[in-house]
Amino acid sequence: MIELSNVTRSFGSNHVLRGINLTVEKGQSLVVIGGSGSGKSVLIKTILGLVEIDSGTITVDGVDVSRAPRDAFLARFGMLFQGGALFDSLPVWQNVAFRLLRGSLKRPRDEAREIAIEKLRRVGLGPEVADRYPAELSGGMQKRVSLARAIAAEPEIIFFDEPTTGLDPIMSGVINDLIREIVTEMGATAITITHDMSSVRAIADTIAMLYAGKIRWHGPVAQMDTSGDPYLDQFIHGRAEGPIPAIR
Amino acid sequence: MMRLLAAIGATVLAALAAIGRIAIFTAQALSHLFRPPYYPREFAVALLQIGYFSLPVVGLTAIFTGGALALQIYAGGARFSAEAVVPQIVAIGMVRELGPVLVGLMIAARVTSSIAAEIATMKVTEQIDALVTLSTHPMKYLTLPRILAATLAVPVLVGVGDIIGIMGGYLVGTERLGFNAAAYLTNTVDFLEARDIISSLVKGAAFGFIAALMGCYFGMNSSRGAMGVGRATKSSVVAAAVLILAANFILTEAFFTL
Ligand SMILES: Nc1ncnc2c1ncn2[C@@H]1O[C@H](COP(=O)(O)OP(=O)(O)OP(=O)(O)O)[C@@H](O)[C@H]1O
Ligand SMILES: [Mg+2]
Repeated sequence: MIELSNVTRSFGSNHVLRGINLTVEKGQSLVVIGGSGSGKSVLIKTILGLVEIDSGTITVDGVDVSRAPRDAFLARFGMLFQGGALFDSLPVWQNVAFRLLRGSLKRPRDEAREIAIEKLRRVGLGPEVADRYPAELSGGMQKRVSLARAIAAEPEIIFFDEPTTGLDPIMSGVINDLIREIVTEMGATAITITHDMSSVRAIADTIAMLYAGKIRWHGPVAQMDTSGDPYLDQFIHGRAEGPIPAIR
Repeated sequence: MMRLLAAIGATVLAALAAIGRIAIFTAQALSHLFRPPYYPREFAVALLQIGYFSLPVVGLTAIFTGGALALQIYAGGARFSAEAVVPQIVAIGMVRELGPVLVGLMIAARVTSSIAAEIATMKVTEQIDALVTLSTHPMKYLTLPRILAATLAVPVLVGVGDIIGIMGGYLVGTERLGFNAAAYLTNTVDFLEARDIISSLVKGAAFGFIAALMGCYFGMNSSRGAMGVGRATKSSVVAAAVLILAANFILTEAFFTL
């Protein structure tokens, strides 16, 4: 279980997070929505300790993340970065198998490669991309390699920052199904950030909407359409008119 | 007047703060020497990049410098009929000073810049963050192998540079200045002392350490965007070059004036 309470974070005078309270149950799939620049990426990075928080507490299974032993803590997580963040000096398969080639999860090289190819297949990439370098792939392919890397070591908790951005509709469907499968079959806890409302409905158990540095609305996906919250309604229907100003 | 003092004070404080940050960074990097896991593959790649692939540039730099040195010493020596000292002065000049300094500066140009640009790019494209989420400590994976490889490889490069520099002097001496080949070599070998060679290699290790450390430090602390990468690269090379020259002075002082 992941719990954030009164988490704040500013960059200079830019108060990005102004008191976030949020709980994600084990085995649940939470989707975070919110305007561009509202702090969604910053929010999930704070949980991993990649962005320090100014105040508040974040706990995972009741343990404060700033006090948890770092290696054991991180070993439970997988993360897909919004920009992919692939290691451009390594071929695709070594990116995917990164964790399996070194450290505590180390496996024989052949086995790691096989796992990498299997994970690539699950994100819709054939074995022929395994020996290419990230720079030789299209944006959407890079995103999928990055997704394969995030899930390669079968982590318990996975964060996906815009997994379907830049993908064609069919591939988006494949990825949505994959994320759903990881949550239901592997029992993983997932937090996904997305702007794509069809992904939201496909992936989410619960939804949290970030607005003005706080969680504006948080509830099960079934109640999303009948929330009565004008901010949420404007967002999910993509209306230009409403309480959320167009320039932020 | 007050404003001038304030400006000087601010500059001094900033410099002290930078020295403090670099010292902390160095201590952190070195602390991983004693804490596994280690990344031998990264170390091997760094050794190849820093050591092996620097050989051509080191060789070219040294041979031309050794040759020019021989010409100058001959011309200068001729003014008081001391042309005969060419082999000895070339040897001492190359081994004690020019070999280590030139190799150090070439390494700053070639290795420091590439380390800084690579790590800074990794930083701005979130690859460093990705390393962390993949349970890999960036200091262990990126910094330590490079610093270690440079500290071990640059003394070897300096040794090679010394020899090639002396060869350059030898070629000029025997082909252009009419020295006897065998006598040139005996004079060189007889004149050099163990202290000259040890100082040369120690300087190489120190300069290698400084070059890699500056690359890593400025890379890791680069700010966002392409401009951040550019600035990190430039600062790292300037800092490495200045620190190498300063360290050279201190080491020369330590080895040869006591
Ligand atoms: N390292 C940083 N330094 C300064 N400001 C930052 C930094 N990272 C994020 N910000 C600021 O925090 C705010 C939120 O950024 P974030 O990346 O979380 O947005 P987002 O909700 O993920 O947007 P998008 O949907 O466009 O990805 C932005 O205003 C951004 O400028
Ligand atoms: Mg984002």
